[in-house]
Amino acid sequence: MKRIEAIALAAEAAEAEGALLICNIGFPSRELYAARDRSENFYMLGSMGLASSIGLGLALAGPDKRVIALDGDGSVLMNLGTLATIAAAAPENYLLVILDNCCYGSTGSQPTCTHLGTDLAAMARGAGVRTVKSTNSPDGLRLALSGNGVLVVRVEAGNADVPIIDLQPDRIIERFMQSINRNL
Amino acid sequence: MDPTLTVYRGLKRAGIDFAASVPCVNLQKLLNLVSEDPEIIHVPVTREEEGVGLCAGAWMGGQGPALLMQNSGLGNSINALASLDLLYRIPLLMIISHRGCEGEQLVGQMPMGRLTPGLLDVMQIPRFSPAPAEAEDTVVRAWTLASAERRPVAVLLDIAFWRKG
Repeated sequence: MKRIEAIALAAEAAEAEGALLICNIGFPSRELYAARDRSENFYMLGSMGLASSIGLGLALAGPDKRVIALDGDGSVLMNLGTLATIAAAAPENYLLVILDNCCYGSTGSQPTCTHLGTDLAAMARGAGVRTVKSTNSPDGLRLALSGNGVLVVRVEAGNADVPIIDLQPDRIIERFMQSINRNL
Repeated sequence: MDPTLTVYRGLKRAGIDFAASVPCVNLQKLLNLVSEDPEIIHVPVTREEEGVGLCAGAWMGGQGPALLMQNSGLGNSINALASLDLLYRIPLLMIISHRGCEGEQLVGQMPMGRLTPGLLDVMQIPRFSPAPAEAEDTVVRAWTLASAERRPVAVLLDIAFWRKG
């Protein structure tokens, strides 16, 4: 499965359940923007590693809303403590999706340690996350997207041919926060 | 006057209801108060940068967030403060225990201690260093500034601050 297919499925599920999406910096955000732009998408333009933390803070702030963070293997490896913090806080309305393509896809596909066998699902379990699932199929992904905890999705390396996001940061956050308030 | 209590009262009056923290010995009483406060969601984090992310998400979700940390954590947070908080104009109140200043006994604290005010200044993050008697009002003012101007603001509390009272 290509990453953009996984992102499109996640976007579809998020839209169907009115969930907020926090999306990792670089090509993942560009692919989400191209696949299904919504006000409920927060596109990261910086702070690599923090998608899962932003999502966790949001989930803890708004317990009536579901929050899905779309993160990557390189970014989670940069902020591994996040798995322990998610395990400790354990909000039921939060799902961290790690799209693992075994490389730093936005910078030239340099391999990450998951390429050599680092198992992020096992690390999430080891951190104490109670619900951890893994999949590499579209059907498996569809099923798992309604849950909480951590979901590791193995995807192919490579980026879709999608443009740079033509929204300014002010606009991204403004419409995202308006969509939260609408849903309150 | 208990310096911890003045800071805590400031947080309460400011309406802070979300706190991420990494411990410092000078913050231990404050962390206990925040943990025991049912009106504050307290999330201990593994690294201060993670706390910047959590607080950003919490603010977008309607909370008033504070990051409680030692000044060493400022060094761990700089990219997040710049490319998340400054970029999207996200407010944050940072309560920072300033080590490596006058009265410091650990040589390892000195380099970051000396650099901390300058790092905040170069990032154009307003900083306040009140005496305990003014700390409650200063914390309120710092959060008012942070939320009105949508930017991070630091309250930098040195070793002498925590010894007073």
